[in-house]
Amino acid sequence: MKEQIWSKKKIRNKTILSFVVFFVMMGLAYCSWKWLFTQPEEAGALRPLRAVLKQNEKIFQPLVSQNHLTKTYPIEKAEKKVRVNGWDGMESPLDTNWNLKVVRTNGDTVYITIDDIKKLPKTDIVFDFKCVEGWNQITHWAGVKFSDFAKYYKLDKETQMQYVGMITPDKGYYVGIDMPSAVHPQTILCYEMNGKELPLDQGYPLRLIIPVKYGVKHIKRIGSIYFSNAKPPDFWAEEGYDYFLGL
Amino acid sequence: MENKKVIHKHPLAIRWLHWINFPLLAIMIWSGLLIYYANRVYKLDIGFTTLTFFPEWFYDAIGMRSRLAEGMALHFTFMWLFAVNGIIYFLYLIFSKEYKLIFPHRGALKEAWVVLLHDLHIKKGLPPQKKYNAAQRIAYTGVIILGFFMIITGLAIYKPAQLNWLCAACGGYEAARIEHFIITILFALFFLVHIIQVIIAGWANFSSMITGFETKKIKPDNNERANLEQEKNQK
Repeated sequence: MKEQIWSKKKIRNKTILSFVVFFVMMGLAYCSWKWLFTQPEEAGALRPLRAVLKQNEKIFQPLVSQNHLTKTYPIEKAEKKVRVNGWDGMESPLDTNWNLKVVRTNGDTVYITIDDIKKLPKTDIVFDFKCVEGWNQITHWAGVKFSDFAKYYKLDKETQMQYVGMITPDKGYYVGIDMPSAVHPQTILCYEMNGKELPLDQGYPLRLIIPVKYGVKHIKRIGSIYFSNAKPPDFWAEEGYDYFLGL
Repeated sequence: MENKKVIHKHPLAIRWLHWINFPLLAIMIWSGLLIYYANRVYKLDIGFTTLTFFPEWFYDAIGMRSRLAEGMALHFTFMWLFAVNGIIYFLYLIFSKEYKLIFPHRGALKEAWVVLLHDLHIKKGLPPQKKYNAAQRIAYTGVIILGFFMIITGLAIYKPAQLNWLCAACGGYEAARIEHFIITILFALFFLVHIIQVIIAGWANFSSMITGFETKKIKPDNNERANLEQEKNQK
């Protein structure tokens, strides 16, 4: 440590200057924190925080790669009692004539039955399901890969777009998903859990399983699917959560 | 006017980075608690009793109820500032060679034990030291290492799929979350001891973290002392 001889006056002036700067900066920090909470909300999040979340999305979405896979487990590891979290979009009774509605970019609407979906190649996945709340559970699901589904129904133009939107039949729950995550090889339109038909509380007849996202994006009881270059509305992103929620 | 000896203790950069880190760490821990609240399941089983993180009155006292979205938004905003500030601090230590005063020297562990005995009033006398004693060196270096693992485990939790190798290196998703949590507890413990030590060390030491220097009276050197004595004898 360097040593010097200073006059008492110099010591006093330097000390005062340092403390003034210190208290001004601490005051500024405190005021900025207070200011933050006076800011208007955008979709449930304080505007400056929302701006950073959007920026984070811009940084991390391009990193989503078809080669980066979520860890998978052997079937024996899968939980038998699968947690149910949330009934939004499933409060009304399920229409017995359920069809999956797919809206193509040219405006055409295709209706697909669950039997048609089950005819497509089936993919099983056992992975650690992660909820934003902080819990996680190794669970076993099966269905058709979204990418296989899109290929079969010739949704090539659609998958060139930036986002997929999915909505429950009663429009009570809806998600928006960026295309790289939607066509990720582990993303499936799911109709089976633990080797059996999907239970009603898990989104029978068809739900989304998207391991590269938190649980809120795994929409249950899908009614319709559409494609867009603008961000489709998203249930929890309107409540202050990040839109992207990519893992 | 009278002069004093000034010992330059903390470089300007260290002081700024230290005081910037203080509110940032507080915000990270606060927003982390908002996130933890949504699924507050961690317990510590120590044979005869179970410690829960944290008792319900604790959440009531700090006004924390169901603010997960806010906690996540804050955490994923301030993480940048916290990490960048920490990285600049580390780089500064390395390039300014200041690390030589902070990283433990040879025999530090043995010396730290002596310091601990001294601080607990069991033994008198401290080993000679430069800026920091061995116990401080170990504590400050330890907290830098904790900061590093905070970023690593944080990234593993944030992007367990895209950075699956990192998540695996942390022992998996659940392990990474627990590690992230334990490091927070250790940060809090460090903070507690740090505050106590600062209070004990007194004002001059605290003030030097703001001004950068401590002062000392100028001791007359041997020649001067001899002269003074001579003068005395002549009288």
